[in-house]
Amino acid sequence: MSRGLLGIEETDRSVIEQILERAVAFQPHGGQTFAKVNTCTGMMVVNAFFENSTRTRSSFEIAAHRLGADTLAITASGSSVSKGESLVDTLNTLVAMRPSAIVMRHQASGAPHFLARHLTTPIINAGDGTHEHPTQALLDARTILDRCGRLEGLRVAIIGDIQHSRVARSNVHLLSKFGAEIVLCGPPTLLPREMASIATGVTLEYDMRRAVAGANVIMMLRVQLERLHEPSMQPGEYFRFYGLRQEHIALAHPDVIVMHPGPMNRGREISSEVADSQRSMILNQVENGVSVRMAVLERVLLQ
Amino acid sequence: MKLLIKNGRVICPASNHDAVADVLIEDGRVTAVAPDLSAPGAEVLDAAGLVVAPGFIDIHVHLREPGFTHAETIATGARAAAAGGFTSVCCMPNTNPVNDSATVTTYIVEKARREAVVNVFPIGAITKGSAGEELASIGSMVAAGAVAISDDGRPVMNARVIRRAMESARALDIPVIQHCEDLNLSAGGDMHECVESVRLGLRGIPSASEDVMVARDIILAELTGARYHVAHISARNSVAMVAYARQRGLSVTCEATPHHIALHTEHMRPYDSNYKMKPPLRCRHDVDAVIDGIASGAVDCLATDHAPHAGDDKMQEFEKCPFGIIGLETAVGVSLEVLVHSGRISLNRLIALYTSEPARVIGWKGQQARGALQPGYAGDVTVLHPEYPWTYDVKNSASKSSNTPFNGRTFRGGPIATVVGGSVVWKAPGF
Repeated sequence: MSRGLLGIEETDRSVIEQILERAVAFQPHGGQTFAKVNTCTGMMVVNAFFENSTRTRSSFEIAAHRLGADTLAITASGSSVSKGESLVDTLNTLVAMRPSAIVMRHQASGAPHFLARHLTTPIINAGDGTHEHPTQALLDARTILDRCGRLEGLRVAIIGDIQHSRVARSNVHLLSKFGAEIVLCGPPTLLPREMASIATGVTLEYDMRRAVAGANVIMMLRVQLERLHEPSMQPGEYFRFYGLRQEHIALAHPDVIVMHPGPMNRGREISSEVADSQRSMILNQVENGVSVRMAVLERVLLQ
Repeated sequence: MKLLIKNGRVICPASNHDAVADVLIEDGRVTAVAPDLSAPGAEVLDAAGLVVAPGFIDIHVHLREPGFTHAETIATGARAAAAGGFTSVCCMPNTNPVNDSATVTTYIVEKARREAVVNVFPIGAITKGSAGEELASIGSMVAAGAVAISDDGRPVMNARVIRRAMESARALDIPVIQHCEDLNLSAGGDMHECVESVRLGLRGIPSASEDVMVARDIILAELTGARYHVAHISARNSVAMVAYARQRGLSVTCEATPHHIALHTEHMRPYDSNYKMKPPLRCRHDVDAVIDGIASGAVDCLATDHAPHAGDDKMQEFEKCPFGIIGLETAVGVSLEVLVHSGRISLNRLIALYTSEPARVIGWKGQQARGALQPGYAGDVTVLHPEYPWTYDVKNSASKSSNTPFNGRTFRGGPIATVVGGSVVWKAPGF
């Protein structure tokens, strides 16, 4: 990680390991909340969210506050972007307020990469279009490690709208760097064959029962209704063929865990029975989101 | 007014001439090509050690005037052309207003006559407003000086409309130039559909979007007997289909751009809009097929698709940036590197691709004859040095825009002087 964190693809495995290791120190114990560590007192983090987000933005905000940093939140509807200002000008204005780092979510793939070439302030990518969502992959990895103790050699099935998923791309890159076996599964219209070539250890599967067979981890992706403008699949048919149900769990590894980046649509991509089961790590993921983002922010702010 | 270009190696592919000779231009036309000419009172351009070629022709540029003069004007685009060794350019009609009437055609012709240092030939729109529905005033535009029709950038999706346009163009003996892209297949795409687009999370434009329209249009060219020209060909199957059409005797031609043969998707700097154009940079097998097509003759000519965009428009999120790059000043350097220095084609063939071949595609005749150095032809000359090293610095560009992936690139060989109608309109610094 040179300055900020733009994506998992360009981040070395050793850096990822350090972040995941540091995150453990921030994990809360028992019924406590996250400890306030104040290693970044006096720093300021701008959360620039040009696309709607509740969980990621709150998670970054809590993380920054626990580190002792101040935060300033900019959202698309309240920003000058909605008044026609260009992204570069908006960011230059924010930079003039001297933040220590900018956390940014944007609907355009590559928007933070483009800005990083023109700004000196470190940028942490909180999701860019259909490209990457690096902190999600980090918190997913932390969650898998907490439960399974390793990434190498695990069989991880990622199921859903792969084409439009930044969560899938970041997870593929991360899991691939750690030697996991990655199975991508979804309707053929939402699972480009080229995905098999973006990293090593990736295979494609259109039949969900085969995808989950023997899986140690099943990651479900949200069906993005706003992305279904292309002819793809009727929602009813989607759940029939790609919705996660108890019958799939029976095919997986006996200790399989189920993950979902949220927000989830019960009855569309996952049954309530599975979502609420003991195998579901969904709330653990949210909790790890804060610890991992504390680790990322601290690393960027203290470099 | 006389100009005598002395002692150059005169290469004229149209007349198979390749020998040291002098070229005499009088009153805007070539009057003699022979060794040791004397012309008392003539201005003399010493071309010893240089190559003297017919004036280079670029049949695909965007001059942005009227309407988008913050990006380019007829005057600045023409200066960029001259600096790239081009003596004639054909400008696409996607101005504002669209060049879909004799009024706009006349405006461009008159403005160019007053302000352009090179010859400017307008290309008229196929349909009104390039909206793809009603035919534009094609006959009137041709009478006003349009040399071809095209809705470049806005492909004619309706097969019946392009059929009627071909019938009209055939009667007027002008080519129909199509930007081939099935808009339903390319919908919303920002780069070539391939592993890179999937990796970068960008929507893809498949090669098939070009192939599908090339296939349809070739069938319609056969039906109508029209002269049909594929702009900026970029896909493997499209090249094969054009070659097949010509084997069958159809008047089907195509052009390739320097950037589509010099760059492929792996050269792209991620999310850098200087690599964003339509058609997009393709992957290696498409690029190789276009180069093979140039070597085999399946591709008729080279053209730049010079597409200036103001800096602000290109300084945005990748998916928001407009398509296109400037290309006039780098075309000769790039194509020498990719085609000649690599040994794929001869220098003489490269000159043909920029002179006699584009002239054949457009079909200039009589008083307008160009693309050769023979008595009676336009007094347009491009003087080249095929070896000298130079580096492109877009800060010194004559264009108003600077959107290019070739900034800072060092080339081997390029234009030295540009002569239009017997006047030297540009000379390389230091010569």
